[in-house]
Amino acid sequence: MRELDVAEITACLERLCVRANTQLPEDVRVALDRCAAAEPWPLAREILSDIRENYQTAKAENFPICQDTGMACVFLEIGQDVHLTGGDLEEAVNMGVRRGYVGGYLRASVVADPIRRGNTGDNTPAMLYTELVPGERVKITLCPKGFGSENMSAIRMLKPSAGRQGIEEFILETVEAAGPNPCPPMVIGVGLGGTFDKAAYLAKVALLRPLDQPNQDPYYAEMEAALLKKVNALGIGPQGFGGRTTALGLNIEVLPTHIAGMPCAVNISCHVTRHAWEVL
Amino acid sequence: MERHITLPLAEELARSLRAGDRVYLTGPVYTSRDAGHKRLCEALARGEKLPFDPKDATIYYVGPTPAPPGKVIGAAGPTTSGRMDAYAPTLLSQGVRGMIGKGARSHEVVEAMIRYGGVYFGAIGGAGALLAKRVKRSRLIAYEDLGAEALRCLEVEDMPLYVVIDSLGQNLYELGRAAYLESI
Repeated sequence: MRELDVAEITACLERLCVRANTQLPEDVRVALDRCAAAEPWPLAREILSDIRENYQTAKAENFPICQDTGMACVFLEIGQDVHLTGGDLEEAVNMGVRRGYVGGYLRASVVADPIRRGNTGDNTPAMLYTELVPGERVKITLCPKGFGSENMSAIRMLKPSAGRQGIEEFILETVEAAGPNPCPPMVIGVGLGGTFDKAAYLAKVALLRPLDQPNQDPYYAEMEAALLKKVNALGIGPQGFGGRTTALGLNIEVLPTHIAGMPCAVNISCHVTRHAWEVL
Repeated sequence: MERHITLPLAEELARSLRAGDRVYLTGPVYTSRDAGHKRLCEALARGEKLPFDPKDATIYYVGPTPAPPGKVIGAAGPTTSGRMDAYAPTLLSQGVRGMIGKGARSHEVVEAMIRYGGVYFGAIGGAGALLAKRVKRSRLIAYEDLGAEALRCLEVEDMPLYVVIDSLGQNLYELGRAAYLESI
């Protein structure tokens, strides 16, 4: 069994917080470049040009791409042959986020209580997901999630009779309701199946999949492409000022579900859809 | 139409702006978002004066990242304006004339804009690194304990914006989308 000191996880997360918030992932950059080249509407082209200049500036100056440096969503895939030593894992994760955000001049955007509020001052706690996987490695993924888009997300427990059409209608309805609020062009993560909570989790996980990697199931790969086309026919456009580029991508993640149900969650993200990962 | 405007924003000028205009603002803007707006309106409800002169003032809905060494401010793009809808009509009634943010506004806010001659400007959401370059000075005014949500006065220079909703209630979100859809 391999031993891994949780201090290495802290150090890794500290690096990931800064990298994720200053460097847009390549798949999102490529999607932005491709959409900008295909955008027919002049005002939309102008906005996309500014958005591209923004992420280039951020990278060149090691500066946050967006002031909403998000809640730190942390995904740990822990090999079952790893023994974590040196302290409490959750504390180690929060220490990494604390150091990354405070030391990296990133914004503390977390309040301690949903009703009573009160900023925690260091962007902790992280939203932590752990998964046990075969092997002796630990993969750490950080997704800083902004709330302008998070707020426009939705979940619905559809009836199985609603079928694919019902799912598509719900997704389009959610995008339409989001309109200009989530900083379009959006990235849309869809979680389909499982239970109420698993569908929401899947929708978040869908946002981590590179935009140039379709679902491995050809049925859902075709559905992703068809839905993206329908989203981009809505005309919302960059910033909601009109145009073709309403979304850069749409990913669907799927799980088996109950005979009585068809849960569907839509997690909306923006053109600053960030994630960074490392394997220890 | 392209307009270069020096703040504070006089009523006559504000009323001449039209949805879709490209504007560049120079002068002082006040930063405030969720918690700050709540405090401003609570102060007014207690009969107190606001910590800044609201007459012809422009409020920027922003919570910047901390300024790194050698910089005036961190990333400074707009936040979603709709969360300030509950407070905006009260502030407009006090003389606030400009609002900078992103996203849809409520019917009540638009009504108040028409009544008082207000303008809603859109900055590009998510362009925090670019917008930071237009901020030349930042000064703390009040509510330091709110951190990123503190009330600051920013001196901006040629801050690039679009008029999203004008004082007639015309809306670029509706007009722009309709014009695009008609063009295809």
